[in-house]
Amino acid sequence: MSILLLLLFLLLLNNLLLLGTDRLAGMNRLVAVQGCLLAALLICLDHVIIGAAILLIKGVGLPLLLRRTHLRIGAPSSVPPHLPYAAAVLAGMLGLVFALWLEKQLPLPQGFFPPFLLPTALGTLFCGLLLVIGRASALSQVMGYLVTENGIFLLGSPLMSAGAVWFELTLLLDLFVAVFVMGIAINHISSKFETIDVGRFRSLRD
Amino acid sequence: MLEALLLLPLLAAALMMLIARATAGRTLLVAAAVAHAVLTAAVLRRIAEGNPPSAFGGLLAPDMLGGLFLGVASALFLVTSVYAVGYLKSEEDLGERSHMKTGERFTNAPERRFTACLCIFLSAMTLVTCTRHLGALWVGIEATTLASAPLIYFHRHRESLEATWKYLIICSVGIALALIGNLLLSFAFVAKGLESANEAADQLSLLLRLAADVAPGGPAVPWLKAAFIFFLVGYGTKMGLAPLHNWLPDAHSQAPSLVSALLSGALLNCALLGILRGHQILIAAGLGGFSAQLLLFFGLISLAVAAVFIVGQGHYKRLLAYSSVEHMGILAFGIGLGGVAVHGAMLHVLCHSLTKCMLFLLAGNILSRYHTLSSHDVHGMRWAMPFTTVLWAGGFLAIVGSPPFGLFVSELWIFKGALAQGQWVLGAVYLALLAVIFVGMSVPILHMIQGTRPADLPRATREPLLSVLPPLALGLTVLLLGLYVPQGLRHALSQAARTIGG
Repeated sequence: MSILLLLLFLLLLNNLLLLGTDRLAGMNRLVAVQGCLLAALLICLDHVIIGAAILLIKGVGLPLLLRRTHLRIGAPSSVPPHLPYAAAVLAGMLGLVFALWLEKQLPLPQGFFPPFLLPTALGTLFCGLLLVIGRASALSQVMGYLVTENGIFLLGSPLMSAGAVWFELTLLLDLFVAVFVMGIAINHISSKFETIDVGRFRSLRD
Repeated sequence: MLEALLLLPLLAAALMMLIARATAGRTLLVAAAVAHAVLTAAVLRRIAEGNPPSAFGGLLAPDMLGGLFLGVASALFLVTSVYAVGYLKSEEDLGERSHMKTGERFTNAPERRFTACLCIFLSAMTLVTCTRHLGALWVGIEATTLASAPLIYFHRHRESLEATWKYLIICSVGIALALIGNLLLSFAFVAKGLESANEAADQLSLLLRLAADVAPGGPAVPWLKAAFIFFLVGYGTKMGLAPLHNWLPDAHSQAPSLVSALLSGALLNCALLGILRGHQILIAAGLGGFSAQLLLFFGLISLAVAAVFIVGQGHYKRLLAYSSVEHMGILAFGIGLGGVAVHGAMLHVLCHSLTKCMLFLLAGNILSRYHTLSSHDVHGMRWAMPFTTVLWAGGFLAIVGSPPFGLFVSELWIFKGALAQGQWVLGAVYLALLAVIFVGMSVPILHMIQGTRPADLPRATREPLLSVLPPLALGLTVLLLGLYVPQGLRHALSQAARTIGG
């Protein structure tokens, strides 16, 4: 149990660091760490196959793919965000407080969620959404999407069962393809717009 | 049979990637569409006979509701694949060119990748409509996003790339929220000893059985309500319900017209199906009133937002896109009303898909002739492209719900449903918004048709058959559905409506 708590604490810390980091390379490293932490958590909860698959895809594969994309397009190390970093961290903390409050209100059977797993999952989810909305760089938005998915995976972890491994693996495959397609799109954005700042996407409006 | 229905388009896609000759790829596209349509007809026949087929241990086992959406998707794919033959040939002839607005030089994505993605898109929609596993449905909808993103970015210029990026990010995050809905549904039944609903291939039947035992005010109720909210927000984003519709006008306006036709006519229905599965479960749990109220609310908001953006809209493909937001609103409104309005909504699904597909294909013809998307710059269509003009005018009358087209009947049924439920005020608001949209759409459409032909536009020549026959077929079907709904189809619509409170 103590290892589980430690992993959950590290995940929360990782979320706040992600919200406060401006450098894309640093963010990517944190996303990789988050993938590894999620994998370790699932292995602790006896979901070994899924944990190994997550380690491979979220801990190694996707961060490498994003790093390769970043290097190939030669994007700047950081892009000014829509939402200032300090405000994002504050919002992340408020989200966590809300998640802690929400856990007390939800009618769930005793022991269904290991302690602090639900608030951590909701906090991660919220952090991911903040990254998608608050950052202007296409790469950061993809990382935000990945973090959101991590939160959902964590939220669904008590429902994972040996009989439905196919489903979780299909989700992972879907996610892998999604990030792959987004990576290709970022390559095109970089070559067409000479920037990955999607805040400049203003040509389509009524 | 269902295995072939799902895998055949994937096989065709793989072959397309291997075949270098464009004509062979196009032939394969039409062949795959015909084969899919034939198989779909066989599946629909089995469902109508009360002997639905099943595959992969029950993972694929469509009911009439899914069958209806499958039939629409397959029929539209067949029509657009025929249209695609002529379209892709003309695109090949054009080669590298300048963007009509910005002057940017651009080329198209490789054609075989485009046709392969079309087939993968069809396969994903088949999974969505045939499965009774909500997780697989989610995977299918996410797969439709991934397969259709390269289709939107067929013309490789900045504007289409911008639309593609918005589509990818907004829909992916939206659908991620729908996945939370799936989790919350499972949480609702944890107390009943349900360890993992994902283990059951026929998950929908299991959830419906469990929902039927939910006690009013029991611990499952808040979870079920929360699950539906997430379904509505998640799949509603993909369906284009306002105010979650932002991606829709951009993607529909920038995609090639045949892709817009499929997005609007078939894809939006798939997302609606995700919401309807949630509604089905809430009805079984005795919470149909809650989901119906939310559908009513979002339906009217969508109608209102569409009305605001349609009035004064100067971009004819965006006009059609906002019309899709309107019709998704009508569907949500009709389903939310319940009773006879749900029957109207089912007919509306069919008629809207056919009409919108027709209009987008015609918009493609107009674009290729006038080289502009501005309705202000298009005039004298009746002199420049008479056959397309007749269909365009007919399609306009159909989409705004004029008699004798099918959409008039379906919209009337929905209005009757509002009156039958004693919702006079809502009925009046619905009619008022439809009237505003009618006026808003008629101004640019009539401007395009009337007037004189632009001086620099060559005289009317014979329009290619492949560009006018597919929309003609769609238009005639919508007209026929307004005059007469065959007994078999009427029965199928009733059967589909019954599953969602009709």
